[in-house]
Amino acid sequence: MARTPPPPRGGASRRQAPRPPPPPRPEPRRGGTSVPVGRKLGRFAQHQLAAVDSLLRLLSDPLGTLLAALVMGIALALPLCLALLLQNLQGLAQNVDAAGTLSLYLDAGLAPARQEALATSLRERDDVKDVTLITPAQALSDFERNSGFQNVLAGLDKNPLPPVLVLTPRSLDVDVLQNLQRHVATLNGVDLAESDLTWLQRLRALVNLANRLALLLAVMLCLGGLRVIGNTIRLAIESRRSEIVVVKLVGGTDAYVARPFLYCGFWYGASGGVVALLLSVLCLFVLSDPYARLLGSYGSDSVLHGFSLSSGFGVVAGAALLGWLGAKLSVLRHLRAIEPR
Amino acid sequence: MIRFDNVSKRYPGGQEALSQVSFQLAAGELAFLTGHSGAGKSTLLKLIMQMELPSSGQLFVNGQNLNKLSRRQLPYYRRAIGVVFQDHQLLFDRSVFDNVALPLAIAGYDPRDAARRVRAALDKVGLLHKEQQNPASLSTGEQQRVGIARAVVNKPALILADEPTGNLDPALSAEIMRLFEQFCGVGVAVLIASHDLSLISRLQHRMLVLDQGRLISGMDGT
Repeated sequence: MARTPPPPRGGASRRQAPRPPPPPRPEPRRGGTSVPVGRKLGRFAQHQLAAVDSLLRLLSDPLGTLLAALVMGIALALPLCLALLLQNLQGLAQNVDAAGTLSLYLDAGLAPARQEALATSLRERDDVKDVTLITPAQALSDFERNSGFQNVLAGLDKNPLPPVLVLTPRSLDVDVLQNLQRHVATLNGVDLAESDLTWLQRLRALVNLANRLALLLAVMLCLGGLRVIGNTIRLAIESRRSEIVVVKLVGGTDAYVARPFLYCGFWYGASGGVVALLLSVLCLFVLSDPYARLLGSYGSDSVLHGFSLSSGFGVVAGAALLGWLGAKLSVLRHLRAIEPR
Repeated sequence: MIRFDNVSKRYPGGQEALSQVSFQLAAGELAFLTGHSGAGKSTLLKLIMQMELPSSGQLFVNGQNLNKLSRRQLPYYRRAIGVVFQDHQLLFDRSVFDNVALPLAIAGYDPRDAARRVRAALDKVGLLHKEQQNPASLSTGEQQRVGIARAVVNKPALILADEPTGNLDPALSAEIMRLFEQFCGVGVAVLIASHDLSLISRLQHRMLVLDQGRLISGMDGT
């Protein structure tokens, strides 16, 4: 039709409901050609065609596709890396369960004989499994070895560290441990009784808090990713406007028109997921050494664990779904507005 | 094939593009729709294509009352109509072959079966040897013929053409019209909007004349 300025659609609006299924159209046998009407493809084959077609279309513009995938990938990589780190920390917090000990910092001036006596009396208690005495000299040499502050420590004129009794309780029950802690803190010569348990509890609380934060971050960044994909698809729709008009004129259904864009979003999402995985592997690689060293200084030989194959697959699938959803939202908003006039 | 019953189209703002138009077009019939610019030719074709909805009156195509057509049925309805545009509306991001194959791809035909029909349609308009070219590299007349091939590839029962010879010289125009005459010879109804009176008056077909939205001649097939 001659393309006049589009007048607003007046009069009756097209009926929306009810929507009976489209009647099967008898194949017209007329027409200018004598070639028989062909077979129709199944729904699956049609989807396959659209999926491959949109993938090829994306690959024909590798730079643009890469950029879109990068944006999506980076948005996803942030919460992913955080989740990875938290997963490792959580594993750690579980492992140190067994290491619930009490540290009794004794008065700095306490005579060595009194220290020994205290240790012996504590060893006799039923709820105590073992007591180890760490003298200030021992503590200093340990500290020098592990901290790397030799030079600074050498400059001190006297050893600032107190003698410490490390007490291993028989039970790891929190209540028992807390009772024991309260009791030993009152003993003569004990300055401070600190349990690893509080540290553990703090770590767990911290990990919980960080988990929540990661979740919030993930939700926000996923929304951002949705927006990015939606915008990319909106531009794609805009650039193919004339094609959409022609397709609608020759009888393309809304679903047919939307399909390539939905698959486009799907592929953007999936490639973004792959990029996010690659980025998190890179982060893992960069962080694993300092992480191992940090934990090594706590006496742990734990290493940073990455994603399992199945959760990696889950990440890509989730990202693809996110891409599809972003495209769907964009298609719902923009595609219907394009009607042949 | 087509029946208009007192169809009027009023655009918001009061402008009446068509008023009380009634006529019928039988299967296998070719008719020209003519009149000055702004007489309502394009509006009439748009109503048949359901790009516009009538303000009043009833419109039947292929026995179907278009007032009762839902949005969901619309694409299936359009598949039975081949349209040729004045600006041919070809897609320059794909070959001639893929342009012609578009209606078949949309209808979900197996690409192998579709290929045979695309070639048959291109053969019909004499462009089989250019199937792999980009339409942008073709002349205006050739592009128009690709548009015709696309309109007929799905074996429509009705072909609409809006100024199909608008940009062509007289020789090419006559050639295009001959193509349309061949289609109506095999039972397809053809409605061609054109203001090229010197050309269409030579072809002995019915003429529907529109004047300021009113059908003033040709409504009864004489």
